[in-house]
Order: sequence, then C-alpha cells, then structure tokens
Amino acid sequence: MEMNYKSENRQLTITLTGELDHHAAKGLMDSIDRCMEQNLPTKTLLDLGGLTFMDSSGIAVVLRAKRRMEALSGTLVVVNIPRQASRVLETAGLGRYVDLV
Amino acid sequence: MKMKCTNYITLEFLSHSANEGFARGAVACFAAQLDPTLEELGDIKTAVSEAVTNAIVHAYPDRLGKILIKARILEGNILELSVRDWGRGIADVEKARQPLFSTGGEERSGMGFTIMESFMDRLAVRSQEGKGTRVTMRRRIQSRRPVQ
Repeated sequence: MEMNYKSENRQLTITLTGELDHHAAKGLMDSIDRCMEQNLPTKTLLDLGGLTFMDSSGIAVVLRAKRRMEALSGTLVVVNIPRQASRVLETAGLGRYVDLV
Repeated sequence: MKMKCTNYITLEFLSHSANEGFARGAVACFAAQLDPTLEELGDIKTAVSEAVTNAIVHAYPDRLGKILIKARILEGNILELSVRDWGRGIADVEKARQPLFSTGGEERSGMGFTIMESFMDRLAVRSQEGKGTRVTMRRRIQSRRPVQ
C-alpha cells in the first residue's frame, strides 16, 4: 500500500496504490490524518485509481477522511474508483454520505 | 444437500494481519481453475478478506491464534470456502450479521458480513462463545469451460 499526495491552492489530492485491507488501513488512516493536518485543505480528492484490491477496511478509511474534512469545514470527493472497490462502496451504500465520482 | 467435491485445498496460518493478503491470494489462485471472470475473482477475494479479517480482529483480539481455510470445488462449478478459528466466538450471530454492527477498531466498518453475503451466493455462520467460529460460503462460478 502506497500513498502519495500533492497540495495546490489548498486542494489536496491523495493517491492510493496497491491493496487496501485491514493490514494497511490503520497506518493509512494515520498518514491521511497527518497529511490533512499539515496541508489544511478546503477540498480533498481521494484518488483510488491505483488500487488493485479494497475490502471493507476501505469504507472505514473513506469515512474517517470524510470526518476529518468536515472538521476542517472542507469537502471530500472520492475519484477514479476501480470496479472491485466500487462494488464494495456500493454495497455499503456509501454514496449517500460521500461524493463518489 | 451433500455435493461431490472434485478438488480441495487447506490453508492454515497464524492470525497476523500480514496474512490477509496471502489468504485471499491463495484462494484466488485455487479458484482460477474454475475460469472465473475478473469480477467473480474480485468478489471471492473480497469475501475471503472479510472473513479472515473478522477472525484476526474479533476471534483473537489480544493474542495470535490459528485460522484454517478450506476451499473446495463442488460439482456444478461451485466454490465452497470455510474459514474457521478457535477464538472467542460470537455471542449473538444475528446481531453480528447486521450492517454497521462492529466491536472492532476504527479501521473496521461493520460491513464485513454484509459484503460476504452480497458477494457470495450462500453464507452460514456457526459460532460458540469460547470455542470459535466457522464461516462457510458458496459461490457458483459461471464457467466458460468445463473443469478437467
């Protein structure tokens, strides 16, 4: 699991690559928290395009990122969702709470 | 109904979270002989990951323990998976199967059983407090060629 980010004009883009499961999730959540605290974005794009696998641990990661952005009075959009990850997010009905593009 | 088993594997490993990827990868390799689509393979890997993670997080919250996966190919292109642990067990299986119910940490969403149920054709959970849990799942693969 690899995380990269870029920040421009307080828009943060976080790109995830590899397999997102319970083993990877805790460390990833902490990394995303730190990244948001350092950059104080008003909008975050969470780019899942590089994920080769995601289970329900990804739901927890997305919800935590969403709560962090709400605390910063900002917004979160999840983009480039691969088919397998999309099925997981759809099954959880996450589209009701988070912008999935 | 008892169905004829044409092939099987058994995997036994410790409840290290690093083994989650190994478990779903190994089962996917075994299931590949049924010639599943990428989507079917993704569904199987996801269901295995959820069951194994449940065992790691809930069965053995404060120690390492044994997890046993049996994967069987049954007649009719059916993949049967059983994920077993000898951990704490589930006090109320019906409650545990409810969406968003979780006693795990923040990295769990409470959607594990819901996803297993949605991604597989059948899900059965047998558990006894203090004795462990066995999750059994079945999925028919829409094979494009017969198994040799």
